[in-house]
Amino acid sequence: MPAPSAYITGVGQSQVGTKLTRHPLLLTVDAVREALAEAGLTVQQIDGVATYPGRMAAYLGYSPVGADDLIDALGIRATWYLGAAEITSQLGAVVAAADAVRAGHARHVICFRTVYEAAALSRPEEYPPVRRATVDGFSQWFAPFNATSASSWVAQYAMRHVKHYGLTREQLAQIAITGRANAVHNPRALVREPLTLDQYMSSRMISTPLCLYDCDRFTDGSTALIVSAGDALDEVTCTPVRIAASAGTVEKYSWDQAEWMASYPTGADLWKHTDYKPADVDTVQLYDGFSFCVITWLEALGFCKVGEGGKFIEGGQRIARDGELPLNTFGGQIGAGRLHGFGFAHEAAVQLKGKGGPRQIPGDPRVAICTSGGGPLATALLLARD
Amino acid sequence: MGATPRPMPRLDADNRAFWTGGADGKLRIMRCQDCGTFLHPPRPVCRHCLSENVAPEAVAGTGTVDTFTVNHQAWYPGLEVPYVIARVALDGAPGVILTSNIVGCPVEEVDIGDRVRVKFERQGDVYLPLFEKIP
Ligand SMILES: [Zn+2]
Repeated sequence: MPAPSAYITGVGQSQVGTKLTRHPLLLTVDAVREALAEAGLTVQQIDGVATYPGRMAAYLGYSPVGADDLIDALGIRATWYLGAAEITSQLGAVVAAADAVRAGHARHVICFRTVYEAAALSRPEEYPPVRRATVDGFSQWFAPFNATSASSWVAQYAMRHVKHYGLTREQLAQIAITGRANAVHNPRALVREPLTLDQYMSSRMISTPLCLYDCDRFTDGSTALIVSAGDALDEVTCTPVRIAASAGTVEKYSWDQAEWMASYPTGADLWKHTDYKPADVDTVQLYDGFSFCVITWLEALGFCKVGEGGKFIEGGQRIARDGELPLNTFGGQIGAGRLHGFGFAHEAAVQLKGKGGPRQIPGDPRVAICTSGGGPLATALLLARD
Repeated sequence: MGATPRPMPRLDADNRAFWTGGADGKLRIMRCQDCGTFLHPPRPVCRHCLSENVAPEAVAGTGTVDTFTVNHQAWYPGLEVPYVIARVALDGAPGVILTSNIVGCPVEEVDIGDRVRVKFERQGDVYLPLFEKIP
């Protein structure tokens, strides 16, 4: 008997913006409604829920809605569910859902990620900012040195590429320029204006070598995917996309203690779980919370050698929508907003279904990779339309 | 950097030797007394041999800049920028890398491979191990 398969069926997204006032649970429901409608499913057919990282009471902007909230609000009869931060980054929730449907614990699992960081920041009475007199756990190893921003940690890995491999700002710029060019054609993208190389080169530094346009920024919105069991596809009306392989890694529990980024072992592992090869991949949706993460993913996944990621994207033609390896066709997080990992899986599915509209890539794509994380935690999924 | 506000670590049984070693000028790293593995962040058990016979040991306090970044963003009011954040690979403690600041020189003079020495900055009970370049 062939191994049971898991599929992404319906996908959905709420409005995306900053300082939204719509209730974060309702944003989540907006995304879920759209995913259900696409799949032709009703809430009564949903029997599982998975989210990252679960409701975070101490930092509600980061995650205001947990699996419990959605289950309760929609009256879902769940036989399996998960809301977890201690997994291999955001898309680890989708990997877990795929395992659950393969194992028969559920048939249709709603996976979602809701972010509300910009809204929370603008309404401190309702969402009190995190303030601590002292730090413990892994924060204690970097916060005393004012290295609290993830930009500073990723920047240090990027600096190695600059010093050891000659990565240039002009090369790195292509991540943001490509994302912003694609975001123009995504009606839900946060920023819908192209970015020029001049604008990039003259922007202020955040943490060398990363400038303002190398970083995503706080966004409000929700993304939902339905993961369905292979033997439940007869209940679904949309084109299913098979989760053909996945991989995930935790390097070190603390960002600053990881010797190297988790994208590297994760990318290498992905190919151990599939017969597909990098040459079979039609599009890549790679985590760009910071632009440099994309460089590491391209190298990690074997599209180029370690150290050659900068040359690989030089000029941007190769990763453009009509290039040989279209990248972040929805805009990535830098263009479309920090939807935190789930945007990449959403877009990979949209492209394989041929539903990208004005941003649809040519050539009937059948195989896509989407990733989340890249620092101490990383997840990669290979999706295929059979 | 003396006036720089810093979120401070909360002292506990695991981390006290590390954060207070500067009181007598020593940088102390937890070490397994059975197999010799250095353990950082400090844990009450050796991640190599699972022995609980661990104790802090003073190391030289010198090291090499593994990589670094110059932070230009003022993340909160009162934070003076720019400043250097670096990963320092410690001499005599294989595998131990500390995130810290390189102080005492212009930010543009820091590079990968620079030799550095610890310079403690006291704030209350805590002695933060910052580093400065060895001329
Ligand atoms: Zn030991």
